[in-house]
Amino acid sequence: MSNLLWIQNGRVIDPSNNRDAIGDVFAKDGIIVNSLTDDEKQAAEVVDATGLVVSPGLVDIHVHLREPGQTHKEDIASGTRAAAAGGFTTIVCMPNTSPVGDNPGTIRRINDSITRNAVVKVYPTGCLTVGMAGEQLAPMGSLKKEGIVAVTDDGLCVQSNEIMRRAVEYARMFDLPVMDHCQDASMTRGSVMNEGYWSLRLGLKGWPSAAEDMIIARNVVLSRHFDAHIHMQHVSSAYGVDIIRRAKKRGIRVSGEATPHHLFFTDENCKDYDTLFKMNPPLRTEEDRQAIIEGVLDGSLDIIATDHAPHTEDEKDCEFDNAPFGIIGMETALAASLEILVHSGKCDLSFLLARLTHKPAEILNLPAGTLSTGANADVTIFDPDMAWTVDPARFSGKSTNCPWNGMSLRGKILRTIVDGKTVWDGHQIINT
Amino acid sequence: MNDLIANWTRKDLISIEPLSREEIDTIHQLAARFKKLLATDPDALPSLKGANVLNLFIEPSTRTRIAFEIAAKRLGADVTLVEKAASSLVKGESLRDTAQVVEALQSDVVILRHSAAGSPFYLSRILHVPVINAGDGAHEHPTQALLDTFTMKEKFGGNLEGKKVTILGDILFSRVARSNIYALQKLGATVTLSGPATLVPDEFTKLGVEVDLNLKSALADADAVMLLRIQHERQTSTHFPSLGEYKSMYGLNQERAAWLKPEAIIMHPGPVNRGVELDSSLADSERSTILQQVANGVFNRMAVIYLCLAACGKIKELSQ
Repeated sequence: MSNLLWIQNGRVIDPSNNRDAIGDVFAKDGIIVNSLTDDEKQAAEVVDATGLVVSPGLVDIHVHLREPGQTHKEDIASGTRAAAAGGFTTIVCMPNTSPVGDNPGTIRRINDSITRNAVVKVYPTGCLTVGMAGEQLAPMGSLKKEGIVAVTDDGLCVQSNEIMRRAVEYARMFDLPVMDHCQDASMTRGSVMNEGYWSLRLGLKGWPSAAEDMIIARNVVLSRHFDAHIHMQHVSSAYGVDIIRRAKKRGIRVSGEATPHHLFFTDENCKDYDTLFKMNPPLRTEEDRQAIIEGVLDGSLDIIATDHAPHTEDEKDCEFDNAPFGIIGMETALAASLEILVHSGKCDLSFLLARLTHKPAEILNLPAGTLSTGANADVTIFDPDMAWTVDPARFSGKSTNCPWNGMSLRGKILRTIVDGKTVWDGHQIINT
Repeated sequence: MNDLIANWTRKDLISIEPLSREEIDTIHQLAARFKKLLATDPDALPSLKGANVLNLFIEPSTRTRIAFEIAAKRLGADVTLVEKAASSLVKGESLRDTAQVVEALQSDVVILRHSAAGSPFYLSRILHVPVINAGDGAHEHPTQALLDTFTMKEKFGGNLEGKKVTILGDILFSRVARSNIYALQKLGATVTLSGPATLVPDEFTKLGVEVDLNLKSALADADAVMLLRIQHERQTSTHFPSLGEYKSMYGLNQERAAWLKPEAIIMHPGPVNRGVELDSSLADSERSTILQQVANGVFNRMAVIYLCLAACGKIKELSQ
């Protein structure tokens, strides 16, 4: 007997097909189909989506799953559960694990664990350089054979322009996009928050936007000269957005992502030395935040990605200077993005969903983010207006380092479907 | 004493920024009473006998630590010192665990010196007993500002209204500067900051101060000039070329002191880099208040310890 699914009467929004209408979605054996026969409809699992949005499963191309080596923070099992609870059916994990993903063995081990433990689809990335040390190219060809979808030293940034130049040239051979965490390390030594009024007032070491802009500009130059696709991760600075905007106008192959937290918060949130607001790159000024929003709206920043970065409560429970950078984001991403972009009237639902579905999939050439006939039946069903209070203790991931803690947000994931099977039913993970 | 205690409700003293002018005046008034009693009738000082003061100094300090120790002992309290090098903190014990140990050992007040800005807030959220900030990173050093403004009041007839104070030097990394900016403004003085552009960012004007990198004009109409120590131990190597260049551009010497009004005073929180930010001939001159500041530091810290203990009911408990 086939596996049959009939999602009825939802507002189906599939930006990849310019579809936004009330209707049904059908799946057979994990694949989207045009319709089912009457007999099949009789046998199908029926999901009533009346009053709800039916979207392609969300795609997050920037996630830290911490496996191997840091599984006290998160692992592939828990991280993919967090993804499912957040409506993500496809995620891309970063290689700054322990050991780092700079060798085929580690990538194979990650893929083995994905096969055994993941409840959503996970694609690993590989390192740009050996040991993420920025000195010697990682064996990208061998890593690609193991299934990586991009290369990045995320968390660190290749400082040498020569190495970065060779890295993007070499990656191009394998059609591997290069994702870069843009940070001039010489300008950020010991820095823990954005440099500006708040860092002065709090007496914390400031981190200038210029340190990010410098590398964004460097990458634009490299992309221009060596015809490489470079993707700027978690852009946080206003001028950085502008550099990308102008590069795109000139046809240079760069792309950029915005995180929900840089859309939502500013450096003023650090005023109580709350380590839940310590991340890399740091929260910046209101002017920067507005520029990130503008960048998403005008397409300078192509997509939204979370930079989901789990750390334990103990690790975050310390002096601001000593806390690790990063916050979790997958279980709040849709609601937080809805608040800033859709409920505020800045864009419509379809526009936002494009940035969470087919556009991120296209950046890394992933088979995801669409409800086209023949596509994988990865579907997310949500109520964009349902209010809920963020309680990280009830999250599905291992860590609770969530800056939206206690806030009321609108937009609740009610069902997450991977290959035609429900993995999240709005309350709990369904592990089949 | 009771009239002043009634004006103070804070368990902790972590920063000057949230204090009212009245609260600063309250501390100063109590410090002045302590100062007078010590000179005239030491036996009449209130007693904190039986109270345990913990000096928790995670970052090295000499004069602040000793001033707090003397302040506590003058009031009859017991003092225990914990320094980073001699504690389990070097074994990786967290501040939370240290704090819990402090509480278990029944300390009545913790004086914290720490290199991480904001750490006293962290400690105060864990502890029920008062936390007094003895300097946290580049954030604040409230008792330094209290003793500085106390000293200025003594010099200027009890009132800082309309006075102009120029703070000169490494403002960026200075907790002393930040606390003094807040205290001086609350007491009605205006503040000008001066020094190399790399150490005096324009962003400071958002705190309501003037930034004037021209030393001559910054000094011209000041009633007090407060020099800050150039901090070798912090990362200033990229912020100015050399101590020699600093001295030649901003060091206060006899020639530049002549730009000051004749009655203007010269202050320094210490320790002084003699011959760098301040010439010895000025540091040891009649215009210098450096030693008066040190002495006043004890009375102001006595007042702060006393008020914070009073606010959480400990004084009453001790007297019973």
